[in-house]
Amino acid sequence: MDKKRILQIIRRNYEYFSLPLGLLLFLLIWKTAAGFYASFILPSPVEVGTRFQEFQRQGLLFRHFFVTFLEAFAGFCLAGVTALPLSYLLARNTFLEKIFTPYIVGLQAVPIVALAPLLVIWFGFGITSKVLIAALTAFFPILTNGVVGFRGTDRRFREMMAIMGAGRKTVFFKLEIPSALPVLFGGLKMGMTLSVIGAVVGEFAGAGRGLGYLVNTARGSFDTPLIFVALLALAVLGISFYLFVSLVEYLTMPWKRRG
Amino acid sequence: MAEPVIAVENVTLSFQPETPPELEGVSFQIDEGEIVSLVGPSGCGKSTLLRLICGVLAPTEGVIKVCGKKAVPGWSGLGFVPQDSLLFPWRTVLANVRLPLEIKAGGELGEEELNRQARKALQLVNLNGVEDKYPRQLSGGMKQRAALARGLAADTRILLLDEPFAALDAITRTQLHLELLSVQSRTRNTVLLVTHDIFEAVFLSHRVVVMGENPGRILGEVTVDLGFSRNSKMMGTPEFSRLVGEVQDMLERGWGRDYG
Repeated sequence: MDKKRILQIIRRNYEYFSLPLGLLLFLLIWKTAAGFYASFILPSPVEVGTRFQEFQRQGLLFRHFFVTFLEAFAGFCLAGVTALPLSYLLARNTFLEKIFTPYIVGLQAVPIVALAPLLVIWFGFGITSKVLIAALTAFFPILTNGVVGFRGTDRRFREMMAIMGAGRKTVFFKLEIPSALPVLFGGLKMGMTLSVIGAVVGEFAGAGRGLGYLVNTARGSFDTPLIFVALLALAVLGISFYLFVSLVEYLTMPWKRRG
Repeated sequence: MAEPVIAVENVTLSFQPETPPELEGVSFQIDEGEIVSLVGPSGCGKSTLLRLICGVLAPTEGVIKVCGKKAVPGWSGLGFVPQDSLLFPWRTVLANVRLPLEIKAGGELGEEELNRQARKALQLVNLNGVEDKYPRQLSGGMKQRAALARGLAADTRILLLDEPFAALDAITRTQLHLELLSVQSRTRNTVLLVTHDIFEAVFLSHRVVVMGENPGRILGEVTVDLGFSRNSKMMGTPEFSRLVGEVQDMLERGWGRDYG
């Protein structure tokens, strides 16, 4: 009877248990597996935790975290403010689309990893080159989603606006933007996570700070626990970015909410 | 003799020169305060005709005059109610009804005043308590009421309805028929209703304009002399049946075949 009740409670509130339970299981498997390998191949969670504390105490982790955060976020913003207006132009003007599309696809076809060293040569080891690399990585999904979104405006809604006497500006703000928003956010979410990848790729190509740089230097000294610390920090960064865009999405599209 | 509110004069519309025209030699007039139905089979161009009157399409030949002036899109005295409501999903019911007011005011009226006018339109169609809901939260009948309110919101003189009741169940449809009549009796709007439902056309209108297809043309007109105030009991009267029969005969003659 009591057992039944407990099971029932767990089943009803499993979403509260599932996350910590899954995490606990993951750590357990990790710890077991780590027992079979040397620390520089697979450090145990405890070693990683200790290394984290050490590194944290030196005040270094936050500095690297912040640099990568800044590079990725600035890159994302740069990609957004260029890709969204361009996507609108391409969606509304087939002539422009025909001119630009080959170059955009060509740019996308070149792997960012191969492009990164060049950008570091041009813009230096500082933050600028990383922002540009992050922006380039995030640019494409934001652009393509933008084109699809802006092109998807319902023709019948357009006609309705014309009948009501709406001018271009009104059509843009009151029809084209809100109707494209769901698709735009799809691109922004992808772009946001990709910008983190871009920033790290940039740091790999040459940098003195950032989580990517940290991975690189830790690898050089076989400090595998530190690599894990950097990776976890990157995961936290990526997830926070994703949640941030999701939050903005939730706030700007109240009509999509349940209820 | 007062000037007709809508005058369609010998209108022809063809999209391509080789194919038969969408509409050919269409002429009719509607007077102030009249309810007129356009009845015809699907594809006879009745909805196209509405778009010509809205001004979003231009005729190849002929002239369309609305209140004495050539039809242009965005004339604010005109309200349009489409078949599937076409409420913007990202706007609440109130904001949807407010939209034509916002466009007309062009930023000169405050939000409070716009909301007040939009609420008035919602009350006119008897839609209460849902102003903060989004369209997807409404039933089909409520959506059409909201679309009707939007059509009425901006000091409408002419209401154009494009099969607004076609997707509704029979009970809701009758309910909305009576609502439309009640609204019209208060506002005295001129109403042009496009439908393929002969009963609906006869029940609601003062005049039924019958259209045929290939090419879209006018077959004739039936004047509905059932008086000004209507109620659902009328549908059972012999007079009502006679009028429905008359419209039906006219449609059948348009098919160019005798089905005996």
